[in-house]
Amino acid sequence: MGKVRGAIVVDTERCKGCGLCVVACPTDTIVLADEVNGKGYHYAKMGNPEACNGCTNCAMVCPDSCITVYRLKPEKSK
Amino acid sequence: MRELKLMKGNEAIAEAAIRYGVDGYFGYPITPQSEVMETLMAMRPWETTGMVVLQAESEVASINMLYGGAGSGKRVMTSSSSPGISLMQEGISYIAGAELPCVIVNVVRGGPGLGTIQPSQSDYFQAVKGGGHGDYKLIVLAPSSVQEMVDFVGLAFDLAFKYRNPAMILSDGVIGQMMEKVEFDEYKPRWTREEIIAKNPWAATGKPPTRERNIITSLHLQAVDQEKQNIKLQAKYKEIQEKEVRYETYLCDDAEYLIVAFGSSARISKKSVEIAREKGIKVGLLRPITLFPFPYKEIGAYTDQVKGILTVEMNAGQMVEDVRLAVEGKVKVEHYGRMGGMISSPDEVENALEELIIGG
Amino acid sequence: MIDIKDIVKPENLVFKKSRVLTDNPMHYCPGCSHGVVHNLIAEIIEEMDIQDNVIGVAPVGCSVLAYNYIDIDWHEAAHGRAPALATGIKRLMPEKFVFTYQGDGDLAAIGTAETIHACNRGENITIVFINNGIYGMTGGQMAPTTLEGMVASTCPSGREHARDGYPIKITELLAQLPGTCYVTRQAVHTAGSVRKTKKALRKAFENQTRNRGTSIVEVVSTCNSGWKMSPVKANDWMVENMFPFYPLGDLKDE
Repeated sequence: MGKVRGAIVVDTERCKGCGLCVVACPTDTIVLADEVNGKGYHYAKMGNPEACNGCTNCAMVCPDSCITVYRLKPEKSK
Repeated sequence: MRELKLMKGNEAIAEAAIRYGVDGYFGYPITPQSEVMETLMAMRPWETTGMVVLQAESEVASINMLYGGAGSGKRVMTSSSSPGISLMQEGISYIAGAELPCVIVNVVRGGPGLGTIQPSQSDYFQAVKGGGHGDYKLIVLAPSSVQEMVDFVGLAFDLAFKYRNPAMILSDGVIGQMMEKVEFDEYKPRWTREEIIAKNPWAATGKPPTRERNIITSLHLQAVDQEKQNIKLQAKYKEIQEKEVRYETYLCDDAEYLIVAFGSSARISKKSVEIAREKGIKVGLLRPITLFPFPYKEIGAYTDQVKGILTVEMNAGQMVEDVRLAVEGKVKVEHYGRMGGMISSPDEVENALEELIIGG
Repeated sequence: MIDIKDIVKPENLVFKKSRVLTDNPMHYCPGCSHGVVHNLIAEIIEEMDIQDNVIGVAPVGCSVLAYNYIDIDWHEAAHGRAPALATGIKRLMPEKFVFTYQGDGDLAAIGTAETIHACNRGENITIVFINNGIYGMTGGQMAPTTLEGMVASTCPSGREHARDGYPIKITELLAQLPGTCYVTRQAVHTAGSVRKTKKALRKAFENQTRNRGTSIVEVVSTCNSGWKMSPVKANDWMVENMFPFYPLGDLKDE
């Protein structure tokens, strides 16, 4: 069975760039963007999308509930 | 048919609360009013009407249990005496700010500080001008008999819910401890849950999908919102002042002098009026029943008729200031009153009338 | 190569913000534990389907605006008085779920009597206790749970017990009261600890159906701006300094 693939969608305007998701991610998927949102925060985003396995750690530790997580159901081995 | 009993004021308040359908009482022991809770605990209303009765760990806790209960749209009350009421002032300010109905009974005792357990009326300012922070008012009823202690429980709740405002029954140690005949109405059922939600849609009873969440709060962080809330409160108090003044007069029609007194001081002054009348002095008694709203206009109207007004109150002179406001300097106004729990005799009051008003 | 668009599809959704949380942006500082606990409470209310049957009592403190974030009926208590309000509400509406949400100053300083006596009466409520060892809202003053040597604006050279007294382990005190049935201390600094805290909160809420007494969930938390650290550093500092004095785990579970 292939590696489980996941993805996160960050509410970049709600994110305060606290960085807790970055350290919570077991696969170093997340980085803080160079750009800033409307409040001047460097928001979180997937820096390394392929690494994400949809484990939801980031979403659970996010104090502002900014992260929505998707996980591709693993295909029956093709 | 009303049922006739012989009871202390404090005991009568307890039975009146049960009969009226009060949902909850939260209190703390303090002389001279502990009988209220003792009576409630002895009558065990939780087994009959379902009324909750709970002794709290302090008056601070009591008033905040009241705040919680009132925010649930329930009819809740507490009773205490002067030092305990002082502890409740913060809670009362919150309750007034959040516009919640509830009833607080103050059986006043001599102060300041630990003071005495003897009766007094020295909490007038605290009750009427507001002992807590911010611009707010309590509806304040002043009973002068055990019957009024009973009747004012219902009246206080009706006014509290009509205006969504805390109401205080400002009694004192005399009326709390005195036994008198008293007539009771029959038992009224407590409100059902549906009635509460219908009558009090603002109450925090659990947010159904059909409405926005209800937030019971006195907090409006933005000053513009806090001012809006204050403007709304002031409009309410203005309406109460216009519509809810209650007072009683005795031999005032031909009076050349007036005594203004509330509560047990009014009982004493009624005798003084009779003593003076026997001496040919035409004096009458005006007894404010609502201390807020105060009968300013009604007292002011007597300035065309009387030459002087004596206020009689068991304190250093508090209500006298409101009478002076009512009279606007048109006639002489003086105060007479014992302090520290001492009670004046009718003769003392009559002498004071002669010395301070007639002779002066 | 699987394209992100193929993953981000409704059928692949595994985690999203609880619908019981409002969309109001939270005023909490970046990285503050409050937000995490708010989401957990919202998730539990959603999962237990008690949005129309729960009343929250918010304190004075950073979470004074909690009623803007969790879409349920709320009371705003005076500082320290939430357990008394909750007592009144629960006694008068025993069929409702009632919880207080309090900080360390609210619960263990000004509200100590209300907290202890509500627990001593075994009020059938849930107390959510956020312990970050500081008064956050007012700008970082010393709190009853501030550790010895810990710096705060009213003990700028560190707390000294000779002057400031000792940090109080209020939860241990409350666990000794027969009125409490479930007393636990958790944290939300890692995903694993968040899962544990959610389980604890869920149990604390469900205890109200067993009417067995008061449930208390203390969440040892961070205060980035009060501690003057980044959120990540604050978590590390908490593990290193707060956990030894406030050890995590259940203190009572009857």
